[in-house]
Amino acid sequence: MTTTAESSRPVSEVLGVPPAAHKVRDRSFVLLLGALTSVALIVLAVLLIDTAIDGVPQLSLSFLTRFPSAFPAKAGIESAITGTLWLMGVVTFVIVPLGVASALYLEEFADNSRWWNRIIEVNIQNLAAVPSIVYGILGLAYIVRGPLSLGRTVLAGGLTLALVVLPVVIITGREALRAVPPSIKEGALALGATRWQAIWRQILPASIPGIATGVILSISRAIGETAPLILVGAATFVAFNPTGLDSPFTALPLQIFSWISQPNDEFRMLAAAAIIVLLVLLVILNAVAIRLRNRYQQRW
Amino acid sequence: MAIDSVASDAAGPSAESVFGPARRRIGEKVIAVVLFAAAATSVVITIGIVISLAGETLAFFADKAVSVSGFLTGAQWTPLFSDPQFGIRPLVQGTLIITGIALVVAIPLGIGTAAFLSEYASPRLRSALKPTLELLAGVPTVVFGYFALTFFTPSILKGLLGMDVSVFNGLAGGIIVGVLIVPTVASVAEDAMSAVPQSLREGAYGIGASRRQVTVRVVVPAALSGVTAGIVLGASRAVGETMVVLIAAGQVPTTSLDPRGPMETMTAFIGATGKGDVPTGSTGYKAIFAVGFALFLITLILNTISIRFVRRYRQVYE
Repeated sequence: MTTTAESSRPVSEVLGVPPAAHKVRDRSFVLLLGALTSVALIVLAVLLIDTAIDGVPQLSLSFLTRFPSAFPAKAGIESAITGTLWLMGVVTFVIVPLGVASALYLEEFADNSRWWNRIIEVNIQNLAAVPSIVYGILGLAYIVRGPLSLGRTVLAGGLTLALVVLPVVIITGREALRAVPPSIKEGALALGATRWQAIWRQILPASIPGIATGVILSISRAIGETAPLILVGAATFVAFNPTGLDSPFTALPLQIFSWISQPNDEFRMLAAAAIIVLLVLLVILNAVAIRLRNRYQQRW
Repeated sequence: MAIDSVASDAAGPSAESVFGPARRRIGEKVIAVVLFAAAATSVVITIGIVISLAGETLAFFADKAVSVSGFLTGAQWTPLFSDPQFGIRPLVQGTLIITGIALVVAIPLGIGTAAFLSEYASPRLRSALKPTLELLAGVPTVVFGYFALTFFTPSILKGLLGMDVSVFNGLAGGIIVGVLIVPTVASVAEDAMSAVPQSLREGAYGIGASRRQVTVRVVVPAALSGVTAGIVLGASRAVGETMVVLIAAGQVPTTSLDPRGPMETMTAFIGATGKGDVPTGSTGYKAIFAVGFALFLITLILNTISIRFVRRYRQVYE
């Protein structure tokens, strides 16, 4: 009874609109979606253009090779650039071994029916979404002061940033390892290789491009992070380059933040110039990552 | 004994005589333990976060100037005054208002972008749009803060829209944070929409539905748990976002509900207090940890909800 009643209803009644009106509504719906999609991209474009207008006139070789100053005309970002490079070094040194080892364990060794392995997995997912400023608090309490007491040094800043991006390295590392087909490992095992020999000589070499891409993207995230460095770094007026791991430092995002915080418009223009330098550095890192991915990625 | 050796002789040479001694296995065990230790570091980090936050938070509440009820219900947050007040309400309210504004911006933009990418964009357009969105996600947040303060507030809110906003205001902070989380919302939602089986779409086309009807009435409802996961994850990022609100929304804790005026979020308080050299053990120092602990718990709850929702759609479709 009901089925015949249902099937006798015209399509327009079931779907809500007469088919003739579909075209107009469909067309405007696509336009709406396209408009929604483009908003974020337009904001990005306006942001880049506005920063370029403010910052490009300030850019010069001497801007790159001078130190922060109380006078805008004499101020530069050499110590911020060298500080950022030092931080990159520390971050890389920490996240590569720790991230790759963790990813290897979770992909190749962990038995997922064990509760502790599931805890590690859920924990990494959660850590990836912890606000970066919370890592800053941890760094302040345990690395700058407290147990490690490293002070506001390059090492303390680098370690804190490494903690922020470690979950990302592990997650992308696992994806890279998973992309290697199981037959490669099975072939090695069938030839009598031990589990570690199969991993070290077959799986790891095959997944290096993917792992390297993840590491580079994590480093580029780390050097753009500002919030944790505000708590850990603090010294924004550093008129010298770091001389070692135990040296005080500033970094590009910190220098930018400190110039934005000045009420003086001339300093804000300097901030725009420093933003351009930071973005160029990020674009270079990302371009390297994309090239690595495209060039060495194997299709199985 | 004798019978045993006869039996093994009959079965041919032992595995050991062919492959050599199993000595290497000890090394394998050591490697597994070392790798496990590396993976366990992440758990140690979490424990470190919880202990460092909880320890100082307890010390904060043990402080004479602080009471638990005053913290939860007090309307004034003036930790660095000579007569400090520690009511967290202004900070929580600032965080909620800015997160609310961000979601009003990010939900339509994020879902619209996801639907466009998953249902309409050609593969070529997709492969151009997705990296651009990733680029947006890769711009440091301090840059968005600069943009909100020096361009969005003066040129758009004041200039273009003629609004009566102060130099530092919650509206600009909220809107820019909203744009910032669009890639997060869009990418999780798009994953879910792409996972909706083609047969559902074909079924709808079969009874005469248009593409718009398939998108709105079939794909989005079928991907609803993934879309929700994206929104919740976006909310979590908005709550934890520091630089934009610190730079553009101001550092004035207030109970005013007017987003055109300045307001302070939990993250902005931590940043603003932490950048000065607060002496260890002072109440202001401990307050950073108490607010940080509240922030950590809020984002942890949001992340857990988001992970649940993602798992739900994966179970249904994958």
